[in-house]
Amino acid sequence: MDTQITLRVDGAAQPLTVDTRTTLLDALRERLRNTSPKKGCDHGQCGACTVLLDGRRVNSCLVLAVTVGDAEVTTSDGLAEGGRPHALHRSFVEHDAFQCGYCTPGQVCSAAGVLAEARAGWPSAVTADLAAGDVELSDAEIRERMSGNLCRCAAYANIVPAVAAVAESSGVRR
Amino acid sequence: MREFRYERAPDVAGAVALLAGAPEGAFLGGGTNLVDLMKLGVATPDVLVDVRELVSREITELPDGGLRIGAGVPNADLAADRRVRERFPVLAQALLAGASGQLRNRATTGGNLLQRTRCGYFTDVTKPCNKRSPGSGCGALEGVHRNHAILGQTIAGSAGPATCVATHPSDMAVAMVALDAVVRVLGPDGERSLPLAGLHRLPGDDPSRDTTLRHGELITAIDLPALGMPSRYRKVRDRASFAFALVSIAAALRVEDGVVRDVRLALGGVAHRPWRATAAEYVLRGLPATEASFAAAAESELEEATPLRDNGFKVPMARNLVVRTLLDLSEALR
Repeated sequence: MDTQITLRVDGAAQPLTVDTRTTLLDALRERLRNTSPKKGCDHGQCGACTVLLDGRRVNSCLVLAVTVGDAEVTTSDGLAEGGRPHALHRSFVEHDAFQCGYCTPGQVCSAAGVLAEARAGWPSAVTADLAAGDVELSDAEIRERMSGNLCRCAAYANIVPAVAAVAESSGVRR
Repeated sequence: MREFRYERAPDVAGAVALLAGAPEGAFLGGGTNLVDLMKLGVATPDVLVDVRELVSREITELPDGGLRIGAGVPNADLAADRRVRERFPVLAQALLAGASGQLRNRATTGGNLLQRTRCGYFTDVTKPCNKRSPGSGCGALEGVHRNHAILGQTIAGSAGPATCVATHPSDMAVAMVALDAVVRVLGPDGERSLPLAGLHRLPGDDPSRDTTLRHGELITAIDLPALGMPSRYRKVRDRASFAFALVSIAAALRVEDGVVRDVRLALGGVAHRPWRATAAEYVLRGLPATEASFAAAAESELEEATPLRDNGFKVPMARNLVVRTLLDLSEALR
């Protein structure tokens, strides 16, 4: 059943006619040719499709495009401003935090969400003191918070220092 | 995926009216489970009524010190709420133990309660499953069932029309059952409230029904009465993060003069619904807060356990989890 929508993606409004069954991931990749988010499992289990929706990380494979409305969709592409890579992009390169890179745009969007959530004082399953307002983004915290992003190349080890370096340079408590 | 019509309504009453006129329709919250099941062909609604923006996203105070949680509050926001973290740590811990950061940002409180089992026979449309296709039998009973139920199942042979050994997957619901939460519902006949413990069903003679809600009834909020005692959630799973529970526990304990005055216990991963351990609670009240008492309470709850071929390990796992968690809580009280 076709429906008219307008997606706001990486700062640009994109009018589209989509079947109601279209996910945000498929609208981005197949209709708007934005291949930044990747289709991995297509069931919310691998995180390769992670984008930011009004600044919050979500699995775009489980979001129906018709439900997005006016929300701002930001892909890993859109994190780069004026052709200049985001600090997370640069840190992933500097720390060799990927091998094939397929899952990397999702990892980068997820890491952007992790930094915002830590700044807001949100706890995680490994936070010792839930009553404390602040969060110290230890390596264990980064591991837990990035656990919704799976990589089969076994490059996990370098992702943690890549995210940690950006946390430190952007004033998130460590 | 079956074709469907996508509908929005101006308010919750309009959404309820829309669904009342669509017998094969469904409400859409965050969609983290429903959209997945639609892709798999397990859920086949012909109309989706989007309620995510309609139901309340507020957490408000109740007069007794409890909280009212709007059904649209995302799981991530609920876990991060300062009042929840301070007054109901068991709930914040349960939420944080569930899913991933991405899923918790999208999933809603109401939707979390209504998520469906992750039993592999339920989610695979080529396999028999009485929950998905009533009367087709149960593939899990003699198949892969390491993660399945040990309490309250219906076992009448793998071809039995009522056999179901699936577990309820929510961590949040286990904590809320221990907290005596009350579910507020709006339906075609108006508003009603029910204890959360009465929302989820055992399979009985109709495993296809997870809950006691009628078609068109929408969860609008969950009320948490004041707790006033320390609480804790603990989850055992196959990997350190982002996995469903093998066994989990929500516990709250009040000890005075070394004696258990009040206790709340619920188990996850062991039954078709969050399992309130009423037998263990009954045994424990008035007993000294010792390891022997906690073990006796756990044994009394698990007497009725009927494990399957490959999930017998859940019985000692549940017993040890009850004992360890209550010991931790009683030590924290000293």
